[in-house]
Amino acid sequence: MTIDTDMSTNDNDKAGESRRDFLYLTAAAFGAVGAGSVAWPFIHQMNPAADTMALSTIEVDLTPIEEGQAITVMWQGKPVFIRHRTAKEIEEAQSVDVSSLRDSESDEDRAQKPEWLVMVGVCTHLGCIPLGQKGGDIKGDYDGWFCPCHGSHYDSSGRIRKGPAPTNLPVPPYEFVSDTRIKIG
Amino acid sequence: MGSGERKPFENKTIEWIDSRLPIFTIMNKEYGVFPTPKNFNYFWNFGAIAMVMMVIMIITGITLAMHYAANTEIAFSSVERIMRDVNFGWLIRYMHMNGASFMFIAIFIHIFRGLYYGSYKQPRELLWMLGVTILLLMMATAFMGYVLPWGQMSFWGATVITNLFSALPLIGPGIVEWLWGGFAVDNATLNRFFALHYLLPFVTVGVIFLHVWALHVTGSNNPSGIEPKGPQDTIPFHPYYTMKDTAGLLLFLIIYVVFTFFMPNALGHPDNYIEADPLVTPAHIVPEWYFLAFYAILRAITFDINLLMIAGGAIAAYLVAVNLWYMEKPKHCPVSTKFNVPISKDIELCKLEPLMAACAVVLLGIGGLIAFMPDLGISKMAGVVSPVMIEAKLGGVLAMFGSIGLLFVLPFIDRHPHRSARFRPWFKIAVLLLVLDFFILTWVGAKPAEGIYVLIAQAATAYYFAFFLVVLPFLNKYEPRVELPPSIHQYVLDQKAKKKKKQDEYMNSLTPGAAE
Repeated sequence: MTIDTDMSTNDNDKAGESRRDFLYLTAAAFGAVGAGSVAWPFIHQMNPAADTMALSTIEVDLTPIEEGQAITVMWQGKPVFIRHRTAKEIEEAQSVDVSSLRDSESDEDRAQKPEWLVMVGVCTHLGCIPLGQKGGDIKGDYDGWFCPCHGSHYDSSGRIRKGPAPTNLPVPPYEFVSDTRIKIG
Repeated sequence: MGSGERKPFENKTIEWIDSRLPIFTIMNKEYGVFPTPKNFNYFWNFGAIAMVMMVIMIITGITLAMHYAANTEIAFSSVERIMRDVNFGWLIRYMHMNGASFMFIAIFIHIFRGLYYGSYKQPRELLWMLGVTILLLMMATAFMGYVLPWGQMSFWGATVITNLFSALPLIGPGIVEWLWGGFAVDNATLNRFFALHYLLPFVTVGVIFLHVWALHVTGSNNPSGIEPKGPQDTIPFHPYYTMKDTAGLLLFLIIYVVFTFFMPNALGHPDNYIEADPLVTPAHIVPEWYFLAFYAILRAITFDINLLMIAGGAIAAYLVAVNLWYMEKPKHCPVSTKFNVPISKDIELCKLEPLMAACAVVLLGIGGLIAFMPDLGISKMAGVVSPVMIEAKLGGVLAMFGSIGLLFVLPFIDRHPHRSARFRPWFKIAVLLLVLDFFILTWVGAKPAEGIYVLIAQAATAYYFAFFLVVLPFLNKYEPRVELPPSIHQYVLDQKAKKKKKQDEYMNSLTPGAAE
């Protein structure tokens, strides 16, 4: 299609056609933009709402958690695992050859202070809650967590070692407010 | 519709309406005198049965919605209130719960009927594809409905299934949050699932209308798979099939009612009577029984799919397509003209086929070795040149949706001219094996995904896909084309004669003296 720029002088059929084409195309383009801009609110309304998005930060007091214990707190509707790791667990987590892991990440990058491991306790496979928080739980082959749904094993740094999950348990943004308090979010 | 010739009705009221809006004429044309093949068996009941179940589901569903509250705080207790306090609430809920199961039973048998008797073939391709669309809509509706009671299985089933979409590259996590309306399955999710669970059945009714419309354009298939050729092959829909459908329907409803009253929770899962708890995952997350086969396919892909497997698969697919799928070929070269690409003046691609087949086997072999035994030395070395293309999680999702996608395109895969398995002895075995395969997948889908069960699921998944991608193309070309009877009428007479002969032989065998 060609658009004749000098429309005032057009009186042959071909020029008339191209002017009509131009009108069609412009109308269609405006129509598409209009339809899209009306559709977007109806698509976007399904995304997390403002109150959900407002990162509700939570503060957690770490003093009651003894070495070897773990607690679960809720953040953004998801469980967050906080484990006070033992020296053995830290040693296991740090001695792994990082390049051999499915999702290579060193323990130093995951834990701001080696004795405290903070991460979102949602299996990265299909979203189950892994076992390993309570004393009597199955902890998997790598002394960390075990997801009962489809058999993913996480190590004592929450990294995927065996099973179908593609990535490590994610570490949420958090900071130490004091030596014994953290703020998640 | 209805603008053509119209015969006046005797009843004045009916005539008054019909002359203004000819619904009585249309009903009579489509369900009264509608010419229907005369040899239907009871498998032809299940469309009507599914339709009745659909009506039951809509009526019970709307009544339940009058008492249900879609809010995570009170959803579970509102369902318990329906069970304990609402007048006949227990009955309506049990009808709805078991109605879903029985609707799937009817639909699965209906689909089997279509497969076995080749109802999906020309000219009924679109009719079949609309049917597969109905299956998909039903699956989405049933999945969202199961979330509403907000029990443990509701919550964790929703979590696992919505998380499937996170497997999609790049857009995955965004889509999951969009589906959830948050960062986990929560109140926003429950609310929208309720809205959609209410909406989708009406969308389904719309597609059912198109499905039935398409059926009334082409007319029904029949057990012989031969098109009706004249009045001697058909009978009017009413009273013959209204009665036959009613008989089958009553038997079906009796079984449904027995479940509803005497074993209403037999098909459910006890964990769904525990309120949803985002902090505790049940030891075994299993979907409802009608999803188990697809769930088994999802979990069967435990290995990453690598470059070599894709390359080998692509070559194999090419060979299947040109050699088995297209049936008419020039004699000099077994490749269809469409793909008959000369590489140079002397070499035609078809002459390279044995080499290509060998390549496919080697590539798939090494690729499979890397995927299934990643710890072997050779796998580690070969793994360098064959990176993972599709991770196991995405592979599972693709396989699950692909299993239904294959049903969708089935009319274009199966190009054998005969419809009914009654005239296709090889196809008959293959399709009955597929039914067995579906039962195996359903059984293994309820088992934990470990040990021998994974292998069984993988073997069963392999056959499911092979049926569509290898067996059907093979049968296209090599299954013998037996001679068909000239008409349905003749077929029915042949069947009768055969039966009579068998009976006579049996009678003779009872009295040995007479036979001599």
